[in-house]
Amino acid sequence: MATVSLTKLTKRYGNIEIVHGIDLDITDREFIALVGPSGCGKSTTLRMIAGLEEISDGSIEIGGRIVNDLPPRSRNISMVFQSYALYPHMTVRENLGFSLKIAGAAKEDMDRRVAEASAILGLDTLLDRRPSQLSGGQRQRVAMGRAIVRDPDVFLFDEPLSNLDAKLRTQMRTEIKKLHAKVQSTVIYVTHDQVEAMTLADRIVIMRDGYIEQVGTPDEVFRRPATRFVAGFIGSPPMNLHEATIDDGQMVFASGEKLPLPGQFKANVAVGDKVVFGLRPDDIYPTGHGISSGSVADVHQIELPITVTEPLGNETLVFVEFNGSDWVSRMLNPRPLKPGERVAMSLDMSQAHLFAAETGTTLRS
Amino acid sequence: MVRMDENSSARLKRRLTGIVYRIGLFLAMLTICLPGLWIVISSLRPTVEIMAKPPVWIPQEISFDAYVAMFSGIGKGGIPVIEYFRNSLIISVTSTVIAVAIGMAGGYAFARYRFRGKSSVFLGLMLTRTVPGIALSLPLFFLYVRLGIIDTHFGLILAYVALNVPFTIWLIDGFFRQVPKDLAEAAQIDGCTRWQAFWQVEFPLAGPGIASAAIFAFLTCWNEFALASQLTRSVSAKTLPVGLLDYTAEFTIDWRGMCALAVVMIIPALTLTYIVQKHLVGGLTSGAVKG
Repeated sequence: MATVSLTKLTKRYGNIEIVHGIDLDITDREFIALVGPSGCGKSTTLRMIAGLEEISDGSIEIGGRIVNDLPPRSRNISMVFQSYALYPHMTVRENLGFSLKIAGAAKEDMDRRVAEASAILGLDTLLDRRPSQLSGGQRQRVAMGRAIVRDPDVFLFDEPLSNLDAKLRTQMRTEIKKLHAKVQSTVIYVTHDQVEAMTLADRIVIMRDGYIEQVGTPDEVFRRPATRFVAGFIGSPPMNLHEATIDDGQMVFASGEKLPLPGQFKANVAVGDKVVFGLRPDDIYPTGHGISSGSVADVHQIELPITVTEPLGNETLVFVEFNGSDWVSRMLNPRPLKPGERVAMSLDMSQAHLFAAETGTTLRS
Repeated sequence: MVRMDENSSARLKRRLTGIVYRIGLFLAMLTICLPGLWIVISSLRPTVEIMAKPPVWIPQEISFDAYVAMFSGIGKGGIPVIEYFRNSLIISVTSTVIAVAIGMAGGYAFARYRFRGKSSVFLGLMLTRTVPGIALSLPLFFLYVRLGIIDTHFGLILAYVALNVPFTIWLIDGFFRQVPKDLAEAAQIDGCTRWQAFWQVEFPLAGPGIASAAIFAFLTCWNEFALASQLTRSVSAKTLPVGLLDYTAEFTIDWRGMCALAVVMIIPALTLTYIVQKHLVGGLTSGAVKG
């Protein structure tokens, strides 16, 4: 149980800076997800916290103790690797107890803690097997068990679910959430999957090119993305984003199509400003088939041609052509639609997002 | 009807291919095994029969005279087998242990660390393998005479270590590369020092590779003749392959005795390989990472 603070944390390989002096404070027992596309520095950051990578600048504090130059074993952390990294020449029992053996724990103590961990994760019947005799999900559980046994201050997860198939991933996601509720440790969880981040984390750190773009609760980063990047990264299907120029209460798009400027941004833009207009698929829907919460006055009606539909059962993703590209919209209680058909679409402008085209930062005040 | 024909002809083809494979395999094994078998047979029969033309395929009389004579001491047709055996053992084992130790350190470094000039050093090591050992025997001879280590165990051990190190480094490097890096990192997080992580996790997993490097190094030393014949001359340092020359006199060669000594040489090598081969089973790392 511990807080973790990163101060001006920097990583350089030779002349190339990978992580650019990031600051982050993680409170005790918090579940933090570092999320971003590959190469954004999230794994490097995690490895620096673990002590597997040297830090080039800045400092790392775990539980109020600066650990910058301490080896991994002195940081009282445990880590679950993407590859699981189970010791193939040891049984599950030996894998779980390895850290205790190295620490010179007494046999009884070791047995007790291995039994505890295996009970939590349902590994009791697998203790005498080798990793090669386990399925992916079981290996994943052993890897987590090995982390629990150490009773660490901080759990580090490095894309732990990437190697599992979709169904198992959902299942293990729930298990990780339950596990966190049970062991109540600080967790830093790296993933490139925004769904994992949204479902698991108390707060999400969105990284890009070695910078932190935004830190916030899942709700904050979804509803109030600070940058165009976050807006496009969080949410599935992603937010529809289009560049436009402001012209007297309207947004003019490259194709010449126009939409009214959402009221909430009027004070923050001037005529001639280049902006990026964003609308989530939930906030654009064939009229009468949406979930939008906005007041009726903010809904803008527009007729658009359908390009493709993707029926998902309870809803259908409808792709409509706007400004020369596809807009994704989510249609609830779907009715059959044909490609080419022109349908009346409702755009809930109260939920719209606007970003400065140049800097990508939000124009919300 | 047509489909039936296709199926039966495919089955026939598969069966024929199987037979051809077996014949090929038999011929290959024959080529490999026949010389060995010939040596064993020749050690058991009189010289007349060995030298006979056309060759006598099935031995007419079998005797262990050559083996008895070999161990019956100088003057009675014997040679100092025990001494040669001891020399061979000391030299081969010591140089193998040293070559494997250096190979492990070097192989690990090449597999795990990044350093300046890594690929050139590696290439350089491999290039030393292109120099035929015999080309070095004369310079080595002069050098050893100057240093006073000619005709000693130490001298031959040194030469064999130098001969084997590039090979052991290369082989062990490959096996360490197969051990996922994550495992050593996981071990460090689990509380190991880098040193402990190596011995607890990486070493056991690279074990089969290290064992095979050891076998190859041992066999190279055990069977080496060219250098040993130049660098040793007395009973106190000569190895078994050099000892074979004891069976050549000015005008005669005792083929039977030579074959008998060859059998004595082969047995320990064969036994060792047999013992270690079960540790050579790969696939030990399966299950370490994903799956």
